[in-house]
Amino acid sequence: MRFMNVVVCVKQIPDPAAPARLDPSTWTLEREGKLILDESDSYGVEMGLQLADQAGGGEVTLVSMAPRNETSGLRTALAMGAARAILVSDPVLGGSDALGTAKVLAAAIRRAEPDLVVAATESTDGYTGTLPVQLAELLGFPSVTFVKKVTVGDGKVHVERQTEAGFDEVETPLPAVITVTAGVVEPRYPSFKGIMAAKGKPVDQLTVADLGLPEGSVGAAGARQEVVSVEPAESRKAGEIIVDEGDAHTRIVAYLEQLKVI
Amino acid sequence: MTTGGEDPLSLLAVEHLLSPEEHEIARTVRRFVDTEVKPNLGGWWEEGHLPKEMAKSFGALGLLGMHLKGYGCAGTNAVSYGLACMELEAGDSGVRSFVSVQGSLAMFAIYRWGSEEQKSRWLPPMAAGETVGCFGLTEPDFGSDPSGMRTRARRDGSDWVLDGTKMWITNGSIADVAIVWARTDEGIRGFVVPTDTPGFSAPEITRKLSMRASVTSELVLDGVRLPADAVLPGVSSLRGPLACLDEARFGILFGALGAARDCLDAAIAYSSDRQVFGRPVAGYQLTQEKLADMALELQKGFLLALHLGRLKDEGKLQPRQVSLGKLNNVREALAIARTCRTILGANGITLEYPVMRHASNLESVLTYEGTSEVHTLVVGQALTGLNAFT
Ligand SMILES: Cc1cc2nc3c(=O)[nH]c(=O)nc-3n(C[C@H](O)[C@H](O)[C@H](O)COP(=O)(O)OP(=O)(O)OC[C@H]3O[C@@H](n4cnc5c(N)ncnc54)[C@H](O)[C@@H]3O)c2cc1C
Repeated sequence: MRFMNVVVCVKQIPDPAAPARLDPSTWTLEREGKLILDESDSYGVEMGLQLADQAGGGEVTLVSMAPRNETSGLRTALAMGAARAILVSDPVLGGSDALGTAKVLAAAIRRAEPDLVVAATESTDGYTGTLPVQLAELLGFPSVTFVKKVTVGDGKVHVERQTEAGFDEVETPLPAVITVTAGVVEPRYPSFKGIMAAKGKPVDQLTVADLGLPEGSVGAAGARQEVVSVEPAESRKAGEIIVDEGDAHTRIVAYLEQLKVI
Repeated sequence: MTTGGEDPLSLLAVEHLLSPEEHEIARTVRRFVDTEVKPNLGGWWEEGHLPKEMAKSFGALGLLGMHLKGYGCAGTNAVSYGLACMELEAGDSGVRSFVSVQGSLAMFAIYRWGSEEQKSRWLPPMAAGETVGCFGLTEPDFGSDPSGMRTRARRDGSDWVLDGTKMWITNGSIADVAIVWARTDEGIRGFVVPTDTPGFSAPEITRKLSMRASVTSELVLDGVRLPADAVLPGVSSLRGPLACLDEARFGILFGALGAARDCLDAAIAYSSDRQVFGRPVAGYQLTQEKLADMALELQKGFLLALHLGRLKDEGKLQPRQVSLGKLNNVREALAIARTCRTILGANGITLEYPVMRHASNLESVLTYEGTSEVHTLVVGQALTGLNAFT
């Protein structure tokens, strides 16, 4: 069995339970308060830990980009069992778009020399869902999205990829990038021993200069995407109540046909 | 200005007083309780039981004997233990009782007073939740005054033989091992009793109206014969059990606040939604006064608990300070639960909402681990130097 080096990308986000606010000057999410591990990344962490375990030897390295050297979300993932973390934090990274973030993460991931890179399909706060494939492109790795099951062996990764019809079986050489769908594994609770051990695990804190990225290529300066306006979501309209007078089933069918769902 | 929906404890930003590890432990237990415990509680409470299998989940997380060092225990500080108790009791006092009894009473007795052999035999499986323990001090005729206990242990050759009855013993019927305190010629001593020893039985006490998601039992010891090494070598006086009770009580002064917080959360949510005379209940001044007073007491109680926790971590906590904390926090938690019950109206009396369940559990919490009267007398004696107990 060979050593398996899994990198899991984790985002640290404002607690979704607390009300979110947008910065009125940039229309980006305010990230002033405490950040936590994005729940959708906990599935990737769990899958990474299981794969490292199944390989009979291996480690999970976390890679995160966050403001103010924030580590509290990383601690949660370290407490679950990840071995170390690379954190990129730099004031110039404020206002990054997805591609800029992908450039930063790719540079950080290269240092970790991964066999496999795991990310969530999309983050809970931004929902762009584009970062993992951009990352794969920048790294020059093949990528498989919407993964529900993974096995690794012989320098290849074999995955079941969720589709609307069921799932595809896909095989690709390592190193590769996969994105994990929420709910496909049961993320473990960090044990108290794990929580206390997390304090002593290495967190490599890097700046844009440390990564050797040209100034102006990332952050607000390098962003090619701009939020031009924000509209409140339309409030949900009241549903239509169909009272059954013997013909409810035909009226429901007609309604569904009109929506083109059947 | 906020627009509402503020967590009662975040009003004072108490999380700033916690270390990242303490915060993470509290958050983890909260998530565990929300997903593994709360959805089942109504059912457990109604049926009057707590499944023994939960012990292994508690163990995997590190909850059992969490503030003890070595022997498979997590080795956290006391504040973390308190926070875990608070989150557990936000689920149910019975769930917190399980963890208190296992960790602070049964395991602590062995940890504090046991031989090296007893510790390495019993503590690791108890920390993992594979072995469940109970703690038998109270008797049918002796509760607040355990010095009157009648359970006796006499020597027979190198063996010990135990006779007597213990009452109100949490986890008694599901325990694999019981720590039993008994009178001997050498004073009061503790015994490690495997519950499959002939002569031991633990009939369950049913028909309870409080602490229903918890097993409470009688322990009957009828000529229970134990080898010489079953006795805890470290103590032969009431100091033995009382030291354990101090540990558990410390968890309770955090725990009770969890029950109160859960009630207050329910009351705020319910009263914001429920319309009376065309407006939300929460919009009336009478309701807001209730909510504000409860949030105030909750936060004061938390600051008190945290202060005592910091003292404990410095090794400076006095038993009478624990009495002060338990007296205040359980009393206020019970008052909060009852007030929340009024806010929920008729819905407040059902198992659909947690408030009546918590209020009824807290009646037990008020009584066990030293009644509020006993703690009042401890504080009174500290203030006056006069003993009003006897
Ligand atoms: C759900 C539950 C679980 C329990 N689990 C355990 C367990 O695991 N192990 C265990 O050993 N015990 C356990 N107990 C027992 C508990 O510790 C006792 O109930 C408690 O110590 C009080 O004893 P008592 O019930 O005999 O009341 P009593 O001592 O008879 O007290 C009756 C009343 O007299 C008051 N009183 C007593 N002395 C004085 C005084 N000097 N001056 C004024 N008033 C006084 C008391 O405060 C109380 O109001 C449990 C109890 C409950 C309800």
